[in-house]
Amino acid sequence: MSVEAAELTRSLPAIEYGEEMTGADMLLRCLLLEGVECVFGYPGGAVLPIYDSLYSSYLKHILTRHEQGAIHAADGYARATGKTGVCIATSGPGATNLVTGIATALMDSIPLVCITGNVAQSLIGTDAFQEANITGITMPITKHNYFVRDVRDLPRIVKEAFYIASTGRPGPVLIDIPKDVCNAVTPFTYPDSVSVRGYQPTLEPTDQDVEALAVALTQAKKPVILAGGGILAADATQDLLAFAEKTQIPVISTFMGLGNFPGQHELALGMPGMHGSYTANQAILQADLLIGLGARFDDRITMGRTKEFAPNATIVHVDIDPAELGKNVETALRIAGDVKSTLKKALPLVSRCDSEAWLQQLKDSQQQFPYSYQKIENILKPQEVIELLHQATEGEAIVTTDVGQHQMWVAQYYKFKHPRSLVSSGGLGTMGFGFPAAIGAQIAHPNRTVFAVAGDGGFQMTNQELAVVKQFNLPVKIAIVNNQVLGMVRQWQELFYENRYSEIDLSCSPDFVKLAEAYGVKGLRATNREEAEAIIKEALEHDGPVVMDFRVANHENVYPMVASGNTLDQMVLGEE
Amino acid sequence: MMMERHTLAILVNDQPGVLTRVANLFGQRNFNIDSITVGPCEEEGLSRMIVTTGGDETRVDQLRKQLIKLIDVIDVIHLSKDPMVAREILLVKVKASPSQRTELNGIVEPFRASVIDIGPESLIIQATGDTAKVDALLTLLAPYGIEELTRTGTVAMARSIVNTPIHS
Repeated sequence: MSVEAAELTRSLPAIEYGEEMTGADMLLRCLLLEGVECVFGYPGGAVLPIYDSLYSSYLKHILTRHEQGAIHAADGYARATGKTGVCIATSGPGATNLVTGIATALMDSIPLVCITGNVAQSLIGTDAFQEANITGITMPITKHNYFVRDVRDLPRIVKEAFYIASTGRPGPVLIDIPKDVCNAVTPFTYPDSVSVRGYQPTLEPTDQDVEALAVALTQAKKPVILAGGGILAADATQDLLAFAEKTQIPVISTFMGLGNFPGQHELALGMPGMHGSYTANQAILQADLLIGLGARFDDRITMGRTKEFAPNATIVHVDIDPAELGKNVETALRIAGDVKSTLKKALPLVSRCDSEAWLQQLKDSQQQFPYSYQKIENILKPQEVIELLHQATEGEAIVTTDVGQHQMWVAQYYKFKHPRSLVSSGGLGTMGFGFPAAIGAQIAHPNRTVFAVAGDGGFQMTNQELAVVKQFNLPVKIAIVNNQVLGMVRQWQELFYENRYSEIDLSCSPDFVKLAEAYGVKGLRATNREEAEAIIKEALEHDGPVVMDFRVANHENVYPMVASGNTLDQMVLGEE
Repeated sequence: MMMERHTLAILVNDQPGVLTRVANLFGQRNFNIDSITVGPCEEEGLSRMIVTTGGDETRVDQLRKQLIKLIDVIDVIHLSKDPMVAREILLVKVKASPSQRTELNGIVEPFRASVIDIGPESLIIQATGDTAKVDALLTLLAPYGIEELTRTGTVAMARSIVNTPIHS
């Protein structure tokens, strides 16, 4: 809890247990007791009682301009802090507008509590105005969801929702509250503890498993760690660093894991997979021991060729979700447990691996095959933009992204120093995510630089939230990598569909500088390297939000690349 | 490829929407439900579902782990891995003129089925047994003309371990 939130909670009028209050008042009281400092939302008919309570509450509320903006902002807040993000939407269309955001959070295991209103229970099932069966709709995309039938259940349900969202493998939980429950009055008590019979998040690995892990290391000549987003969720970055340094095992960070290990560390191999580094992929191919830590071997890493993945390696897999063990790849040692406690327990049992020749080989490979692109005079390259953002902030910034080429270039060229600094939709691949997520990240970290890197396509999916950064003077620096085209789709159409460029032309987009100005936000444009450097400097010096429109080369492809269905050794390093 | 058949016993909270959650997950993970039965169990507040489905062992094990993750699911047991008993109930309306009734009885009796309704031109037969037995009965009844049939789907239970002395 931040200092501000702690003070806020202390300043609350003492809770008199048994005090009569409405469901709506009770809900907000529960949120404060859970340490929530800010909620993102959008009012409407079915949540009028909640917004009426909010009118005189201590809770900070950010009015986004679309419910999708609210949930992505709550998600960005959660990713940047590790705390549970909270959003509120009304029934029907308000609730359905959350759907993309809920699925985004589930795929990346992000703790969210989403509160929706619904029509009164007397109207449920009558196709009432703004009625939607949101618990039914979100069943497959929530970790759990609730429909509150009785106001007396509300405090327990809120308590359970935060517990379920934030423990084990985190995820989104939705609470749907019909209007009559918000209006009903009952004595308030908040449960001290929570126990859910059907939910026992695995936490501790067995001693036997940890010993087996330590034994596996002693045999290895070519060990490698594949560290995923689970390291961040478990707050285990220090433990990973200690483990890797003590054992001298190189670390590959998955896309979701970027920031879990210092990007410039001598043991860091960067990102693997479809657009990963040559060296990271070679390490997977050649390793004799691969230790997956909080990573789920998804198809952007295995390329769907799970039988040929890490063909020479004994695979050890540590994950808090037992269902991930053996789901995608066959593994020799499966450890169900929290990755932090596993690393902590393992550290005293392990010693330096016999990996010197292997490390040297990988170091040589990194020098020989770095990420690279061709610089052309007077043409701004998109990779160059990300490099400049990195240089200007020395890897210290929080960077949110949308989805597509710019996202991969951020992963390649921004060397994250700190955990929870890359905020990006990895699993679902949600365009329009980055900018609203940056709002949440900036609210969580008012003093850090937050870049929202977006393509010209994705930015137009949620750019209405410019009103929010203006209203709250949130100094988010929006970097539009503007190539006038849906770049990743164009790349695939070029490579796999014989240059048949179908419906990818975005040249009729608005003038983003003028669009920013229409919202009262500073707008800047760069068309070459010098201008780019200058506007980044100007943007960072400006005390407020800025839109930077980088007009970049429009036929650039993301390399290296492994095409879907190929194995990692079939890697195309660049243009022929 | 022959699909293996599996029987799972899923212990769930007796809550609205639980059947949807479980059925949804089968669809989400690309499993077909061959049959599903739900009813109260030995503990108040819980229900037991018996689901039969097809798929190889590894995938069914993955399905089991995903089911356990549902908050309203208390436990999942892969019944068909071990000795179990499984039964279903069949009701079938067969065309039968008065002169055919005796002949049909000759089929009904060896199956320990029973005639539970007699109409002018048809009979309703009730049978209980495992799926293979019910299938066999239907094959024998088919030539008479089946007007309507309904099956409950399988209910099943693990067999008791028999090597424990009774008077222990």
